[in-house]
Amino acid sequence: MMKGRIHSLQSLGTVDGPGVRCVVFMQGCPLRCICCHNPDTWDYSGGEETDLDELCRRILRFRPYFGKNGGVTVSGGEPLIQAKFVKELFCKLKSYGIHTALDTSGTILNDDVKALLDVTDLVLLDHKYPTEDEYFKNARAHLSDVEAFLFELNRLSIPTWLRRVIIPDITDSEASVRLLNETAKAYKCVEKIELLPFRNLCKEKYDTLGIPFPLADVNSPDKETMEKLNALLDEKYH
Amino acid sequence: MNFEQWNGFSEGEWQEKINVRDFIDKNYTPYLGDASFLKGATKRTKEALDELERLKKLEQEKGGVLSIDTTTVSSLCNYKPGYLTDSDIIVGLQTEKPLTRGVNPFGGIRMARSACEAYGYKLGDEIEEFFTYRTTHNDGVFRVYTDEMKAARHCALLTGLPDAYGRGRIIGDYRRIALYGIDFLIEEKKKDKAKAGENYMDVENIRLLEELYQQINFLGKLKEMAAMYGFDISMPAANAREAIQWTYFGYLAANKEQNGAAMSFGRNSTFFDIYIERDIKAGLLTEEEAQELIDDLVLKLRCARHLRTPEYNELFGGDPMWITESIGGMNLNHKTLVTKSSFRMLNTLYNLGPAPEPNLTVLWSHALPEGFKKFCAKVSCDTDAIQYENDDLMRPRFGDDYAIACCVSAMKVGKQMQFFGARTNLAKLLLLSLNGGVDNVFGTHLGPQMSPIEDDVLDYTKVMDRFNTYLEWLCRLYVNTMNSIHYMHDKYAYEKTQMALHDTDVERLMAFGVAGLSVITDSLSAIKYAKVKPIRDENGIIVDFETVGDFPKYGNDDDRADEIAEDMLVRVHTELKKTPAYRNAQHTLSALTITSNVMYGKKTGATPDGRKKGEPFAPGANPMHGREQNGALAALNSISKLPYSSASDGISNTFSIIPDALGKNENDRVENLVSILDGYFNNDAHHINVNVMNRETLLDAYDHPEKYPNLTIRVSGYAVNFCKLSKEQQREVIKRTFHSFV
Repeated sequence: MMKGRIHSLQSLGTVDGPGVRCVVFMQGCPLRCICCHNPDTWDYSGGEETDLDELCRRILRFRPYFGKNGGVTVSGGEPLIQAKFVKELFCKLKSYGIHTALDTSGTILNDDVKALLDVTDLVLLDHKYPTEDEYFKNARAHLSDVEAFLFELNRLSIPTWLRRVIIPDITDSEASVRLLNETAKAYKCVEKIELLPFRNLCKEKYDTLGIPFPLADVNSPDKETMEKLNALLDEKYH
Repeated sequence: MNFEQWNGFSEGEWQEKINVRDFIDKNYTPYLGDASFLKGATKRTKEALDELERLKKLEQEKGGVLSIDTTTVSSLCNYKPGYLTDSDIIVGLQTEKPLTRGVNPFGGIRMARSACEAYGYKLGDEIEEFFTYRTTHNDGVFRVYTDEMKAARHCALLTGLPDAYGRGRIIGDYRRIALYGIDFLIEEKKKDKAKAGENYMDVENIRLLEELYQQINFLGKLKEMAAMYGFDISMPAANAREAIQWTYFGYLAANKEQNGAAMSFGRNSTFFDIYIERDIKAGLLTEEEAQELIDDLVLKLRCARHLRTPEYNELFGGDPMWITESIGGMNLNHKTLVTKSSFRMLNTLYNLGPAPEPNLTVLWSHALPEGFKKFCAKVSCDTDAIQYENDDLMRPRFGDDYAIACCVSAMKVGKQMQFFGARTNLAKLLLLSLNGGVDNVFGTHLGPQMSPIEDDVLDYTKVMDRFNTYLEWLCRLYVNTMNSIHYMHDKYAYEKTQMALHDTDVERLMAFGVAGLSVITDSLSAIKYAKVKPIRDENGIIVDFETVGDFPKYGNDDDRADEIAEDMLVRVHTELKKTPAYRNAQHTLSALTITSNVMYGKKTGATPDGRKKGEPFAPGANPMHGREQNGALAALNSISKLPYSSASDGISNTFSIIPDALGKNENDRVENLVSILDGYFNNDAHHINVNVMNRETLLDAYDHPEKYPNLTIRVSGYAVNFCKLSKEQQREVIKRTFHSFV
């Protein structure tokens, strides 16, 4: 029986993909984003080992709530490090006609990931920082990998939502949002861009884990900033 | 039989004998569209609303009671006509002035007296004098209460018993007045009385004859009361305004006669719609005028008040009336009962602002028209002021003309009545059994006496054995207590008006209740799956527990815990049925606690689930706050497993969520809420209160109540004005899980 490492399961998700969604948080992440709000998902050996059928059984209990638009989103951690497991999960879910979404950094692209993409209905691609330098500095990973991933999504015509966390003084410049909008325009698969205001609600998690949180004292961007930045995006991406 | 007032209606059985359901079925117009036809409040409505708001503000400033008429005993014809404004469209107030409370000592003079005193009034001498010769319901009950009943009541093992005021929960079929006129109703009751007169005169039959005499008498008074307002209601209503007015007179009369804990209104919107449609078609009424009629009715309903003691208000959270109006649902032929007036009724929450009364209750079915579903969800997001109940679950049991009394109690309108049975505290019963019949908060000896359980670590099988012994004892005591209460209520405070608006051959339900379902479930789960060590005081009484290890908790869609809760309801219901109920009533059961979950907690010692002594219970059938690990839908799944067949008096669930967690924009929030409701009710769940609110708003309201005079929130089964809750209840509401995963 196939097993995966799960951090947690949130039965009512309405902000990670369309409709009412069950969100599975996978354990383990190779990135170290300064704004990460789930530091408790980093450790590859943390979380809970769960077998596929059991996870699927738990998810199916929420099927009545999915309605016309909802479904399942797998997030993390970085789900791509357990691509084989997630692929099997999505296969099962699709056999029940359930919509599958993958919330990922898009920094890994191997055969397992490609197989996973075959059974993915929607990708929420976290396009974290606008340039290679910033990306590496703030996430310890490469923007070029993300772009290769996006290229692949486009090739496979998988509906994609680009997402970016707006962090005051780091990602809140108009130029960087404009650049994101331009990136989107280069790929037909992009349907939507979501700018997500940074929140420091995860401060307590860092404290509990004894990990320093670089953005502990950074506030959320104000409503006006968010509105202003959103206005820079093409209408079709709203 | 035919009346000219019926011109234009389709013929049916309803013309030959009383059958409002048949009239609705033959004549209503389902509405499948959206809310775009609705109209706002007229200038007149706004002025009337301003007047009511002004009076409510004064009422609040005066500590919750504007004034009391201390010299008149409340009844149908004892007050001169009262008006909210001089341009009321729907008329009638309980007393001569809006928000002035009447006194109703028939349930109990002590409650009336102490309520007057608590607000700086003195009950009139003549009333005091009269009631020295008149036995009240309360007097009667205490004449027969046994020491054991008193002890169970004293230590709050049985609480909220309707033994000091009107029992309520009875819904008269007020629509009958509009459809048939009073004279026809009197004729029908006279026929029933003549027929009963041919029976053998046993106690049952003699009582029935006297009740019929009283019903006929009060139908006459009802006509007289309407005449005082200048209306002749002997004949059927001829138009929409009359239909609403006649119906409201019935409700008003009931409210003047009875100070029942819950005085629900029934299922009237679709009935009214038939008259409104007829008038609109005939060019006699515009949409604006139709809305104005409904708005004015609702304003009058919002004027309803009963005089209660501050302790009562503390227990029930504010100043509730439970003027429940049931809206929507499907009929037995799979056609929706939603009409334009279902929308108009909900629209009052926009036109008059959100308010707890009337208690608007949507009967949800997966087959409801999409436009109506979305409008309901939008109203929920905007006002928090509606609750939802599962029509697909209730319709097979109650047909398609039932209504909700109080919060979650369904009954067939005019065909079933209910003996309200308050509730018993299951968590306390568990502690009582562990301690061998000693209540560890009050020190009272109660129930079978044996030595406290002596194990160092509690053994599940042994605990259940003991618990069952005590449950058996309790259920017998509980039924016997209810039987005594309702015998005396029938004898000394019979609901003459309301029962006159029921079939003579009425079905009776006796509605028992449980509190602390999630506490006992998690406690038994802890005993079964973790290690629970009792901590004893110097007398060997268990006063606390040390629980080591994890255990499955109710509210996580984990069968191991949820099955305990399911089993508990079946067990209690089965045990209750072993003792016959008064007047052959059917035993029903609810998991519902309004806001009294705070008070129950206060009177209950520490429990094995880790709840400390005095800490509030979760309300109704909710999981304990902070114990959910998988989010809101997992909690909904746990609740939806509870068997309605064992708890057909209702399973109440309060669901609070902040707007951001429900969706990114209004459209998403509406669609997601519809999906959640569809999913929840598809799982055979019974009831849900929906609060879409901000924690920040609530915290601010806690600190600055004056800024939020109309902040309505839904608690178990009922919408309340947040600012009327005690500080303790406010804190509890804030603490209760906000499903705020963002």
